[in-house]
Amino acid sequence: MKKIKKLVVGLAGLMLIFSASIKAADNELIGAGATFPYPLYSKMFDVYNKEQGIKINYSAIGSGGGIRQLKEKTVDFGGSDAFLSEQQLKEMPANVVHIPICMGAVVLAYNLPGISELNLTPEIISDMFLGKIKKWNDPELQKANPKVKLPDANLITVHRSDGSGTTFIFTDYMSKISDEWKTKVGTGTSVNWPSGLGGKGNPGVAGLIKQIPYSIGYVELIYALSNKIPVATVQNKSGMFVKPSLSSTSIAGDIKLPDDMRVSITNTDAKNGYPISGFTWILVYKEQNYENRSYNKAKNLVNLLWWMIHQGQKYATELHYAPLPKQAVVKAENLIKSITYNGKKIIE
Amino acid sequence: MKNEEKKQNHNQEICHLNPDSEIFFRIRAFFRTQHSPADFVFRTILLFSGIMLFLLILSIFCSLIINSMPSIKAFGLKFFTGTVWDPVFEQFGALPFVAGTLLTSFIAIIITIPFSIAISIYLGEFSKSGAYSGLLKNSIDLLAGVPSVVYGFFGIFVIVPAVRYIQIRFNIAPYGVGILTASIVLSVMIIPFAASLGREIIEMIPSEIKQAAYALGSTRYEVVRHVIFPYAKSGLIAGILLALGRAIGETMAVTMVIGNSNMMPKTIFAPANTMASIIANEFTEAVSNLHLSSLIEIGVVLFIVTTIISIAGKIIIRKFAVHIS
Repeated sequence: MKKIKKLVVGLAGLMLIFSASIKAADNELIGAGATFPYPLYSKMFDVYNKEQGIKINYSAIGSGGGIRQLKEKTVDFGGSDAFLSEQQLKEMPANVVHIPICMGAVVLAYNLPGISELNLTPEIISDMFLGKIKKWNDPELQKANPKVKLPDANLITVHRSDGSGTTFIFTDYMSKISDEWKTKVGTGTSVNWPSGLGGKGNPGVAGLIKQIPYSIGYVELIYALSNKIPVATVQNKSGMFVKPSLSSTSIAGDIKLPDDMRVSITNTDAKNGYPISGFTWILVYKEQNYENRSYNKAKNLVNLLWWMIHQGQKYATELHYAPLPKQAVVKAENLIKSITYNGKKIIE
Repeated sequence: MKNEEKKQNHNQEICHLNPDSEIFFRIRAFFRTQHSPADFVFRTILLFSGIMLFLLILSIFCSLIINSMPSIKAFGLKFFTGTVWDPVFEQFGALPFVAGTLLTSFIAIIITIPFSIAISIYLGEFSKSGAYSGLLKNSIDLLAGVPSVVYGFFGIFVIVPAVRYIQIRFNIAPYGVGILTASIVLSVMIIPFAASLGREIIEMIPSEIKQAAYALGSTRYEVVRHVIFPYAKSGLIAGILLALGRAIGETMAVTMVIGNSNMMPKTIFAPANTMASIIANEFTEAVSNLHLSSLIEIGVVLFIVTTIISIAGKIIIRKFAVHIS
């Protein structure tokens, strides 16, 4: 029996050591969430660690997971490509602020042998994905593309099968431009697609498009840029045909923005803005004194966020992310300033 | 034979004396007996791991049930008959995925059966040793060990274009991906499981019986048909059922080639989703509680289906086993 007692004591001791190491030190921050900004975040966190000695662990488990973990208070911040709805805000245990970090766009990639330019209007896009446009030589499509001769081939749409922020931005855009889409399908990270094929992740969608002639689908701008996939030009709200790029994405966000930054900028009012774009956010609790967190930890978190929206922005373009437009930075500054510890502001 | 009977009688007597079930009896008997300390510790560890395994399965099942409660309450039995899966309007029906899983697995099994039986008979009877048979055995083991994502790539680059070629020839929408493609990839994945179990069973057949058949003037085919086949039937079927269990739970490779459509599949060329692939697809970004718990409820269904198949396998082995006395 003695041996067993020793064993039990030893095991208990081991467990104590492990649980102590799980509770991270003040100079360590833990985050989880969206996969879309992950390459940018890991670059930013790496540089910040070298400059400031603060270690940040970010696990790209998806926006849904990030929101859940923040709700359980197991992470210091959550990353999300979709802002929380009123309902979700109410379900959170405390006030949450949304800090925008960068912008991304969703582009329409296609596989049309011999054709390298394609113009799309909002109506055409929604009709395609509703399954109403079945052929590439549909009169509407031909009218928008007078310079090219479109083939008499079946049109196959490809969408993301996994829940994703990309789908959220795309369906959010669709709901804004088409009432039928809004009532039939709606906006979400995964939706009930009326037609077409699903691919897992950006590589899955891009792979299907590459393989299936006469198909069209949506992927993230960064993915299309780094893989040099042909993408369509989309007509925006002001009637301009805009080619998706980092600058036209940033322009899309350069509009009047609400103070809490919970905003969808799809179908933007900006004259030269690309219409299918959006922010990605980091979510933190407004009051940082919870679960016995130290003041230092809260201070470190706030400093990190401040750095990300200022010095950190210069890493965005090289990684194909659109940096925050000026107006968004100002709003984000105010939001970071509003974070408190015991009701007192952490930075002025 | 007689010894065994005696043992059984003895066991029955003990069980009769003790009203508790056998397992509790064993635990009690274990604590009553005297052992050396080392023996005691060793036995305790073994007993502990045995009980832990059982508790683990039980707790997995319980946690699945608890976490799927919101969806069980909201949809009840409609969950199994509903054909709409709409995360935005929170309507969840799992029928398309149950159908997708059953269709892909059974088509895969139908493709697998002739190959796996042929391989097991060849390796178990015709070519038991030698370089070629060694090569074949090793490649089967290798096939069983290839990660499923690699099968997914194989599916995308080889099977998908092949199926698309067929679809173009028959004038069907040339998706390439879909139920048939997934079934073909699955069948390649599960052949090793069915084949290696079948081979082992066939190798275990006592050579006296076979030699007796040969002595009576049977041809090789007749031996296979009338001796080996009846004797190994239970093992072959059990191997196929094991393979079916694997096919039903396979996630990665299927997700890559099935086309991921949440609609009820109408033909075997149609894109669909299986229970495992919908969970893999939507779990990470499922934000609402009902969406999440519906996905977990699909996990419960998957758990139950797998359990039923494994129990069925056991029953078949017992029922069809040929007793030679």
